[in-house]
Amino acid sequence: MDKALIPEGVKRCPLPVFGLWMLVLFAVIAWGVYAGLTVLIKGLHVTGLNNYFGFGLYICVDLGIIALGAGAFFSGFMYYGLSRFFPQLKELHKIINLAVIVGFCCYTGALLVLLLEIGQPLRGWFGYWHANVHSMLTEVIFCISCYAIVLVIEFVPIILENRKLDAVKPLHIFGHNLHEIMAIFAMTGTFLSFFHQGSLGGVPGVMFARPFAYREGFFVWPWTFFLFTLSAMACGPAFTALICRLMEKVTRKQLVDRSVYELIGKIEGVLLLIYLILKGLDTLYWALDTAPGFGLKLSDFYKEPYGMWLLVAELGICGVIPVILLLTPQARKVNGLLFLAFFLDCAGIVINRFAMTVEALAIPVMPFDQWAVYIPTWAEWAPCIAMLAYGAVIVSLSYRYLPIFPRERELNP
Amino acid sequence: MVIDLDKCTGCGACAVACQQENNVSFRPDESDKLRTIAWMTLYRLDNGKDYPEHREAMLPRPCMQCDSPHHSPCTFVCPVNATVRDEHTGIVDHIAVRCIGCRYCMVACPYHARSFNWWDPKWPKTMEAMLSPEVSPRMRGVVEKCTFCHHRLNRARDRARINGEDPDGVVYTPACAEACPTGAITFGNLRDPHSDVARLAKDPRAFRILEKLHTEPKVYYLSSDQWIHKQSDNDLS
Repeated sequence: MDKALIPEGVKRCPLPVFGLWMLVLFAVIAWGVYAGLTVLIKGLHVTGLNNYFGFGLYICVDLGIIALGAGAFFSGFMYYGLSRFFPQLKELHKIINLAVIVGFCCYTGALLVLLLEIGQPLRGWFGYWHANVHSMLTEVIFCISCYAIVLVIEFVPIILENRKLDAVKPLHIFGHNLHEIMAIFAMTGTFLSFFHQGSLGGVPGVMFARPFAYREGFFVWPWTFFLFTLSAMACGPAFTALICRLMEKVTRKQLVDRSVYELIGKIEGVLLLIYLILKGLDTLYWALDTAPGFGLKLSDFYKEPYGMWLLVAELGICGVIPVILLLTPQARKVNGLLFLAFFLDCAGIVINRFAMTVEALAIPVMPFDQWAVYIPTWAEWAPCIAMLAYGAVIVSLSYRYLPIFPRERELNP
Repeated sequence: MVIDLDKCTGCGACAVACQQENNVSFRPDESDKLRTIAWMTLYRLDNGKDYPEHREAMLPRPCMQCDSPHHSPCTFVCPVNATVRDEHTGIVDHIAVRCIGCRYCMVACPYHARSFNWWDPKWPKTMEAMLSPEVSPRMRGVVEKCTFCHHRLNRARDRARINGEDPDGVVYTPACAEACPTGAITFGNLRDPHSDVARLAKDPRAFRILEKLHTEPKVYYLSSDQWIHKQSDNDLS
């Protein structure tokens, strides 16, 4: 029925099966929309947030998903920028379309969830109108919206490659011309991403009265600014690779050459190692100098359920282990180990975002204050899960109707 | 502001007066203390020892109106300039109609001096006529905080202008200080070396909460108990 829309020479599942899959995803999205409307109509009291936990699951998921979506900017930077000096990076061409689509889903999804997070969504535009240039959140607002526009521009030529759209000559010419200048947008995206990933790190880092989150830094940027950017680069392409692998498992097809995964593994291994070293130094300096300066010990920051296990999980299990796996050529050759490393890498970065937002607020700064625990409600889980379903819808539609994997035909004769 | 903890009995009159003066809304069920709106909160402190050495004290906590250089922790982070420090008066104010409700200021404040409006503000019908016409009630979805009864300052300045006096030299009293039955709260201009607050701030019993954070609170406390001094700054001795 929809054969005319499917790229030439590739096989896709029957339309009813695809329709059923879409129905399931739309049901999840409907649940999320219902939860979102409940929040908008009734107010944020339906969430688990309170005066101690001003930030919760929404912010944590936003920060996590934006870090994971960094594959778009970093893969683009490597392919359009660095591949001129390192020709082996041209290999990323085989996965670059998926990276853009995943990035698009992550950023647009995060913006939708952000709309629920603020108490007065209709005043969201005040961020542009009454901007406080000292606030890291202002930088986040500007850079994320600009980068979301860049991602739309990057996504358009991929959409225009659809068989039917490509047959329309003006669209074909438009799409072709966009492709020609894509390097400019990729570089613009890299510039914007560097700043917004960093400013997301700056959000906790500049809170000089919150000893858990506060970091010293360089000029106006706390060290978390640079650590967040680096960690996003160290997990974004890994997340794209994980999504690609998931698609291969679902479709039972090989979509990219294995060499692409190995290349990503090598790059991510090196970046994660650099990140871990810097993060380790940052943690040590914070624990031995910054925190004692505020009259606190490292043990004051960790109490169940936000115990020391979070630090061990973030830097040990989800940091050291993936670095070892990704930097060992033999381990990279084993699918199970390679993708386990990618998964742990992504999980570690999400734990870091959780620690810097939620855990940071649980710690009583005043000695006579108390520890508090935050438990998200369904009204917070539902929009976040729906955001994942929204991403799955975009990726599924793109895979079915757009030639996003240039090697798919050759790999599946 | 200077609060003498040796005089404070923990009666809560300051908190009640503040609530009434500033049209702070409340709900029939206020058992969830993490969602209560309170501009003035009373903390119970104890020295952690058993009887007979056991000691307790009550610590009223308004907004500290932080005087840290360049910015207060909250004004530094607000993305829309909804919370600003008037460098002339030193008061950190909050513009509710500009607030987008992102709660970044709440997160940045170590004193939990800010509350979010989780619900639409409502009062019992009979209380509506008693609301102060000088303070706008805040809507759902915005943050609010103690303003050192900024409207009283404006009122005093207006009166001074009418009387042909210097509006910058006015003296006023916030609702909490006015209501305190033991006179534990002293309010005035810290920059005026001859004022009572400036004198009390130099008292050997004076201390500030979390001084090591360099937030430079403009609220000083007085206590003759060393354990309270130690506790107020994470026991940094």
